[in-house]
This record gives sequence, structure tokens and C-alpha cells, in this order.
Amino acid sequence: MKKTKVAFFDFTCCEGCQLQIANMGEMLLDVLDLIEVVEFREVMSEKSNDYDVAIVEGSITTPHGVERIKKIRKTAKVLIAYGSCAAIGGINGMKNNFKLKDIREYVYQKDAKHFDTIPTRAVHQVVPVDYTVPGCPVYIPEFVQVLKAALSGLPYNVPDYSVCVECKLNENECMFDKGVTCLGPITRAGCNSWCINNGNICYGCRGMVSNPAVNGQKDILKKHKISLEWIENKMNMYNKARELGELKEDG
Amino acid sequence: MGRNVKVNVEYLTRVEGHGNIVVNVKNGKLEECRLDIVESPRFFEGMLLGRSIFEAQHITSRICGICACGHTLASIQAAEDAIGFIPSAQTTQLRKLLLHLENLDSHLLHIYLLVAPDLLGVKSFVPLIKTHNDVVRRALRMKKSCNDVCDILVGRHVHPISAIVGGFTKLPKKKDLDAMLVLLKLLRADMKPTIELAKTLVFPQFERDTEYVGLVNDTNEYPMLSGDLGSTDGLRMDKRDYRKITNEFIVPHSSAKHAKASRESYMVGALARINLNFDKLHPKAKAVAKAIGLKPITTNSFLNTAAQLVECVHSVEDSIRIIEEFKDKGVDYSQEIVVGLNENGAIKVNAGIGVGAVEVPRGILFHEYEVDKKGKIVNANCIIPTGQNCNNIEKDMQKLIPEVLDKKQEEITLLMEMLVRAYDPCISCSAHFLNVKYVNG
Repeated sequence: MKKTKVAFFDFTCCEGCQLQIANMGEMLLDVLDLIEVVEFREVMSEKSNDYDVAIVEGSITTPHGVERIKKIRKTAKVLIAYGSCAAIGGINGMKNNFKLKDIREYVYQKDAKHFDTIPTRAVHQVVPVDYTVPGCPVYIPEFVQVLKAALSGLPYNVPDYSVCVECKLNENECMFDKGVTCLGPITRAGCNSWCINNGNICYGCRGMVSNPAVNGQKDILKKHKISLEWIENKMNMYNKARELGELKEDG
Repeated sequence: MGRNVKVNVEYLTRVEGHGNIVVNVKNGKLEECRLDIVESPRFFEGMLLGRSIFEAQHITSRICGICACGHTLASIQAAEDAIGFIPSAQTTQLRKLLLHLENLDSHLLHIYLLVAPDLLGVKSFVPLIKTHNDVVRRALRMKKSCNDVCDILVGRHVHPISAIVGGFTKLPKKKDLDAMLVLLKLLRADMKPTIELAKTLVFPQFERDTEYVGLVNDTNEYPMLSGDLGSTDGLRMDKRDYRKITNEFIVPHSSAKHAKASRESYMVGALARINLNFDKLHPKAKAVAKAIGLKPITTNSFLNTAAQLVECVHSVEDSIRIIEEFKDKGVDYSQEIVVGLNENGAIKVNAGIGVGAVEVPRGILFHEYEVDKKGKIVNANCIIPTGQNCNNIEKDMQKLIPEVLDKKQEEITLLMEMLVRAYDPCISCSAHFLNVKYVNG
């Protein structure tokens, strides 16, 4: 059987989702029996312009990035948005909470003009995407599932029910009952409630469900005397880029 | 007439983040020699403005996927210093364990997957699956063991979950301590063939005396999580004076902000730590250092990779010691905390400025935050090891090039790549503060 050619590309990100691949251990060798990795700059010197599947990490935050992702889209038969930054803009979207001019000058002062930057966008806001693996970082079992779907031409849909569903199955005590806010009720499941299992709250890194139970959420906030501001503030951490539309041709 | 050599490596591979190497030799004279940082700017310090100090760890962990635990620990230290919180002895021990795991994980990745291919004459670990299958399997197994210990301790290695300001949201149960111990003993067993392999690797010859900077202390402990700032030239100061060590400055020929302490440049990282604190290493680590011919003061930057191996031995042994102590004394579970954004005021907050100075895989990392009395961040600054090393890397390149001009162009290029890679540069980390020069087109 001819192996499918796969290339990894990174845009604005921390490269942690690519690192998750190296963290698969010896299972990685089984995956490499199925695919031929032709480019993966973080761990390989080989480069290639011939690939079937492009796995793209990072969000699009520079004019150069826009041009590069368009080229990749033209070459790849299948494009996978890999990790929160690529899937929903992720933590880089926090930049959009500020005026670009202000944040540039705060970080780089008089050299700010050298730093070409545009508002943070998810990959699908710039080019069409075939598969999405959200998460900061990605949850490897889900990635393997998506890879299998992509290789066999089957669809994969990110769960559209909340993290609470998985959290209940894991029998965690509700964070609201412990007196702190949690984005679990409005965030897409698929991570097996990773953070809450470890005693922390959900930060919404997998993006919002398409039809959140708004009234139920308001009741919960009221019951626990938590202001809407806490929730809004947290949503602006990973989910800010959703407010932007698709990038128009004229920029 | 001397010869002309042009090295132009765009998007250096097998490093974290995007960097270019530019070397230009005309008539045998070195005209240009740079390591350019071309990573997209990420504006982390700016993004932190107005956020709760209790979010700082979560956000700054995302500066880098490889050293997420390192950023976590530096961030927490700076945050606690700023709000006036003193962590418990138990918390400090668990953080030391986490830091060992961070260094182990990153060093193993660097030694096996990023550097070894150069020394074995291939482009990546992929061809090694066929030629050195047992080595690749061991590398992936060791990395996995390390990751699995992190999973138990803090939920995961990439962007740890339970290590936060104030302590840990989940403490290891007895069965967790046992499981971590089993994994670490597996790692200990795998270290033996790793050391044997290291003995067979030949590193390029090169010497350049420089100043080595890192944490120092007056105890017998190899300082990683806390200490004063020190250097092999005899500098010593409190961590809050870190700007007096880094002295960042801009140079016209380079695109990156550079650092210097007593001399024209300095080095941070495993080699610097070993040069500063060799005597405090675990006896087994010292024995390995001896076996591979590494002693203070070593001035061959290529041997930073060998120094990482010595640190791996130290970290495995000290991690086992920490866990065994917990097994003996028990864990105080009343210290498990629920914090969130501190909505319930579980942790008292004072206005102030705090500094975190932690030895992460690539060298000393600084985080500094200023918070108001509500715990909102009003100022933030991070100085990354790779940023501090940039200047020293270029000075090394400037010394090395004239020494190797008789070699073929491809060999010179490879040597330059290997030199930069030896520093294990983490360019994603650096990009949020370095001055990046963008060349159009």
C-alpha cells in the first residue's frame, strides 16, 4: 500500500501540539507505518512540496502567514487545523482584546513598526479547512481518531455537547459547587474533561458549543452569585477570534 | 585571495521556532554572521495586561510547548513574589520534582531526536527507525515515561494543569507516588545505554572562553528552582536585580536584542550550570561527567548536549529521592487547593512587584509581574534563555568560521547548524520580546 504523504506546518503558536506527537511514545512508530511524514521542521531537516495531507498548527497573525497558508491549501488535498490556535485562534486571540497599535507599542516600544501584525484569525477564517482538532494542547486520542478519518476519507465532527457531559461521567465535583467559575457548560467536549479531572477549571480551549444553554447558564451564575463579567473575561482568553469574520481578499 | 563563503540557512530545522543563519565570507574575511529570529511576534507581555495574576501561569505556559512547565514555575514564582504569598515546603518539593521532569523531558528530546541525527550523519530520526531501531524505541520510550510521570503529577507535560499560584489543585495519592517511582526507575535503567551511546558520539572540536551565568547558592543543593544570580566571572546578586545581568542592548548588525554581563557575551543553560555548580551534582551524575570527559570549566559550546546528559542523570536520581521522601513522610492532602480566578478570595493578594528566576532546560528564565491591590497585572516582562544566548551564539560563530574555512561549503553550513542546535534554542519563546527584522519578500 502506498503511504499517504503528510506534512506538518506551524504558524503563530508554541509548537506544543506538534510536541504532543513526540509524546505518543512507541505508538508513533505504528502511526509512521501508515503515513510518510515528508516535512516536520521541529524534528526533521527534510522538506517537501509534495504532500496529500497538511497538518497545520498555529493561528494566522501576519500578512506573510496569510500568503503561506494559501499556498499550503493549494497543494494539500486535505487540510487539518491542528490545536486551538489553528482551530479557533486560541490564546493568540487575546491580542484582539487590544488595539493592535497599543499592544505593539507596549511590547516593542520604538521598534513597534518592524512588527507586522494583523488581528489573530483561526485557519478556517482564511482558507477552507477539512478537519479540526481543537484543544490546548490537542488530546492525542482525538488526534488519532481524526487522522484515521482523514486517511480513510470519512468525516469527523468535533462533539457539539458540553465538557460537563464528560465531566459528569468522570464523577468530578462541580467547580461551581466549589465556588469558582468554569467554562465547561459552554465548551465543546472531546478532551475527557482533562483540566477538571486535575482539579482546575475549564478555560474553554476547545471552542464553544454551537447552541449553549444560555438560560441554564444564567441560572447557575445566579445561584452561585457569580457575575457575568467573570465568564466574559474567560471567554476572551481562547475564543476572542470568533468575533472576526473571514479574511477578505483585500485584507 | 581568500575564498568566498555564503551560508544562508532559512528556517533552521530541528529547533523550536523559526530562525535563520546568515554567514558571509568575502576574500577570506568574515563580513556578516548572524542568527536571525523570524518567528511571528506574539505579544505575550501585552496580552497579560489587565488579566488576573491567577491567570498568568495558564497564559505564559503557552509561550512554549517544550518548556511549558518551566514557564509555569517561573510565572508562579514571580506571581507569588508579587502578591506576597509564601509556598509551603511540600509545594516547593513538588515544584522541584516538576522542574526535574521538565529538564529531563526537554534534554532527552534534544539529545536523541534533535542532535543525535547530526552526529550519526542523517537528516532526522526517521531514517534511524530502520538503522537504529532500538535507539529510536528507547528514545520514544524514555520521553513517554517522562511524560507519563508529568501526567500523574500535573495532568500533562504540555501546559500543566494542576500547578498554579498557591500550590497544587491535585496532590499525588499513594498509588500515584508508586506509579511515578516505577516509571522513573525505568528511566534510570534506560539511562545506562543512553550514556553508552553518548560515549561513542564525537562532538566537533571548538573552544571559546566565555562567561557562564546561572543560579548559585550557599547550600549543597544543585540550584534549579531558587537561588541568587551568579557567574563564572564572580558576579553575584539577588534575583530582583536580574536586569543588571541581562543588560539588554541593540546592535546594528543583528535583528535580536542581545545580552551581556561582565564581558562581550555570556552563556546560560546546562553547560553554564555545570560550570558553575559541578560539585553539587548527584555523585552518579558526576561519575558520568567524568566518563564522558566533561569537567568545569568546559568551553566547547557543542558539549552543551553532553552537559544535558549529565543533568538527566542528576534529575532522575533526585526525582527518585523526592518521591521516596514523600512515600516515607506522606503527603499532606489538606494543602490541595481550589483557586480558579480567586473569586472566593482563597489567597490573600497584596499590590507589588515580583520576580521569578528559574533554571529551565535552556538556561535561566526570568518572569516579572507588577500587580495592583486587586491582583490585576499592570506590567509584565519575560527574559528567555535563548534570547540571552543569541549574542554568545554569534560570537561562537565568528570564532568558528575562520577555523573551518578550509572545509567544504556544505560542511561549514552543517557545523553552523550544529553549533546553533547545541544551544537547543527555543525560538518560539524568544519571539515575544526579541527585535525581529523583517525582510520583505
